[in-house]
Amino acid sequence: MAKIKLAKSKVDKLVEICKSFDNEGSELINVLHKAQETFGYLPAEVQEIIARELNVSVAHVYGVVTFYSFFSMVPKGEFPISVCMGTACYVRGAEKVLEEFKRQLSVPVGETTEDGKFSISCLRCVGACGLAPVVTIGERVYGRVSAGDVADIIKEYQK
Amino acid sequence: MEKMIKLTIDKKQVEVPQGTTILEAAKGIGVDIPTLCYMHLGDMGIEHKPGGCRICVVEVEGRRNLAPSCNSKCEQGMVIHTHNMRVLNARKTVMELMLSDHPFDCLVCAKSGNCDLQSTAQQLGVRELHYKGEQSTYKVDYSPSIIRDMDKCIMCRRCETMCNDVQTVGALSAINRGFQSVVATAFEMDLEKSTCTYCGQCVAVCPTGALTEKDHTNQLIRDLADPKKTVVVQTAPAVRAALGEEFGMEPGTLVTGKMVSALRQLGFDNVFDTDFAADLTIMEEGTELLGRLKRHLDGDKDVKLPILTSCCPGWVNFFEHHFPEMKDIPSTARSPQQMFGPIAKNYLAKKMGIEREDMIVVSIMPCLAKKYECQRDEFKVDGDPDVNYSISTRELANLIKQANMDLKTLPDEEFDHPLGESTGASVIFGATGGVIEAAARTAYEIYTGKTLENVNFEALRGMEGIRSATVDFDGLDVNIGIAHGLGNARKLLEDIRDGKSKYHAIEIMACPGGCIGGGGQPLHHGDSSILKKRAAALYREDAGKAIRKSHENPYIIKLYEEFLGKPCGELSHKLLHTHYFDKSKDIEIE
Repeated sequence: MAKIKLAKSKVDKLVEICKSFDNEGSELINVLHKAQETFGYLPAEVQEIIARELNVSVAHVYGVVTFYSFFSMVPKGEFPISVCMGTACYVRGAEKVLEEFKRQLSVPVGETTEDGKFSISCLRCVGACGLAPVVTIGERVYGRVSAGDVADIIKEYQK
Repeated sequence: MEKMIKLTIDKKQVEVPQGTTILEAAKGIGVDIPTLCYMHLGDMGIEHKPGGCRICVVEVEGRRNLAPSCNSKCEQGMVIHTHNMRVLNARKTVMELMLSDHPFDCLVCAKSGNCDLQSTAQQLGVRELHYKGEQSTYKVDYSPSIIRDMDKCIMCRRCETMCNDVQTVGALSAINRGFQSVVATAFEMDLEKSTCTYCGQCVAVCPTGALTEKDHTNQLIRDLADPKKTVVVQTAPAVRAALGEEFGMEPGTLVTGKMVSALRQLGFDNVFDTDFAADLTIMEEGTELLGRLKRHLDGDKDVKLPILTSCCPGWVNFFEHHFPEMKDIPSTARSPQQMFGPIAKNYLAKKMGIEREDMIVVSIMPCLAKKYECQRDEFKVDGDPDVNYSISTRELANLIKQANMDLKTLPDEEFDHPLGESTGASVIFGATGGVIEAAARTAYEIYTGKTLENVNFEALRGMEGIRSATVDFDGLDVNIGIAHGLGNARKLLEDIRDGKSKYHAIEIMACPGGCIGGGGQPLHHGDSSILKKRAAALYREDAGKAIRKSHENPYIIKLYEEFLGKPCGELSHKLLHTHYFDKSKDIEIE
């Protein structure tokens, strides 16, 4: 992980977020949600500041961040790809779709392509089981996706 | 009155107070249910029962699932089976699954023979492994004091309880989830870059070889074999009260003379005592205390009180990381280990007619933080450490065994002079409260000019985490605070920061019980009564000494006359005092 410096305005924003939860250590998860909403991801520096403000150890913050798959320490891509791995999607071949995205973009789940364009993540059920397997990219939903469709989908965003 | 509950365990009727766990109730009738992640250090008020390992499961009639006995409470009328076939099979399966993700390094593992995982697998009669699966692999993390080999971690999380709840150091946390979960530092950085204080309490409770000390015994064997080197050794007070345990002796057996004899046979040129340096510490720290006290009484507003002891390197690391803004409050006196080094290499080497670089100073310590302390730059002269390295009580026991000796059968021998003479005051440094009691004995006599009739300050002794007492210095009330365990130390520090502290002097030891409970001591395997026995042994040795006040040590008097001048004088400041660093910003993110 490269060393990233946080701007003072961002630090102030974090301090404010922590304060809005009364700097309570037990509010850590809520603070992390808010921080990720604000910054898009939770780099080490952000976790350090949160730990300091909530008076908990950085190791503990890191433990929570790594426990929940929702939290991410790397910035999401410009076009975040989410493949539904819920039961309905899974049994209809979501895994193959996911493998194809990984292969074509050469990134593992939870990471972002070098050009910052795409990131891949898995999620559990978007409530569109009738369209299984489902893939979302940003706000857009793709239904009945097969591994063969993946190349075309990616192409749409590479213009 | 406590409500009592009746239940049946292994066909025996039991009556226990409400709230008792099944594990405790069974223990009460002599049924010792095996445990692995569970840890209960009663005397220290430390309890860890996450119910995570599932080794302690029992069958409760009428319940569908087996219950973990460590955190299941007894209920009225329960019928419990601790060793029927279902329970035995479940335990064995759980153990086999654990072993399926554990390296088979037993023959060469540092923990072998002392490993709870190994002994539990033996106890459960595991003779075959039916499961073969993925194995976790992590990079081994070598720090100056502690080695972390997380391939051997079974996620009992005892280390986390010690690091976070007891010590409030916060260096460790479980990270990730499922099979990937492991105990790690923040951002999985090396321990050396974390907030770890090297107190070694994680090592002291780790049931496997996941956490061990950095071993210096091979280095020592090489140095002892080098004819060009003069190798001298100093032994900390707490070692003599615990070393015997490694040779099957009763906890609390004093083995001072046998240890000296073993060290001499190992080939050390001189066998000295850190206790001598502890007497020296009292001269320096006591003088500093009286100096600050006098300035305070004279109305000096800038004087820093309370003065905090600085003998414990884990504690020094703690305030450098966690309370750097208070780094000018602790005494500047070096720890006894680090006072011994410069006296040996400057004063003794000259007397012996040898060059500094031809002398190797080794310390035997109950401590792992001492290993790091030796390496600190401020304790080196042109790269040569004042104390070359320190080995733990456990490492010494291994060395003695390697040298084909049985400690039990060795004759009692005396330390060498001049750095082997010590008083009773220095012996009790190894138990919580001992340093401040030793300081009080000397400070009282110097301050009042009178002879202290009763040198036993009973009020300063004991095992409570935070203790306080007021000592009457002939009309001047000196308020003394004592904390052992860094979590307790934190409370006293927060009071100082908030201006609420009423103390003039505070003794702090990082490990529960003081050095007798150090991270380098023989493992107590959860029996904290052992610590009490070790402490009692030190007080016994003190009581048996002819001289029990540091300032009456004839060799200390001579050292000041011949070499140092006066306590806290110019040479003392150069050789025996130190300064502290703000390490709070040292955390690197890579």
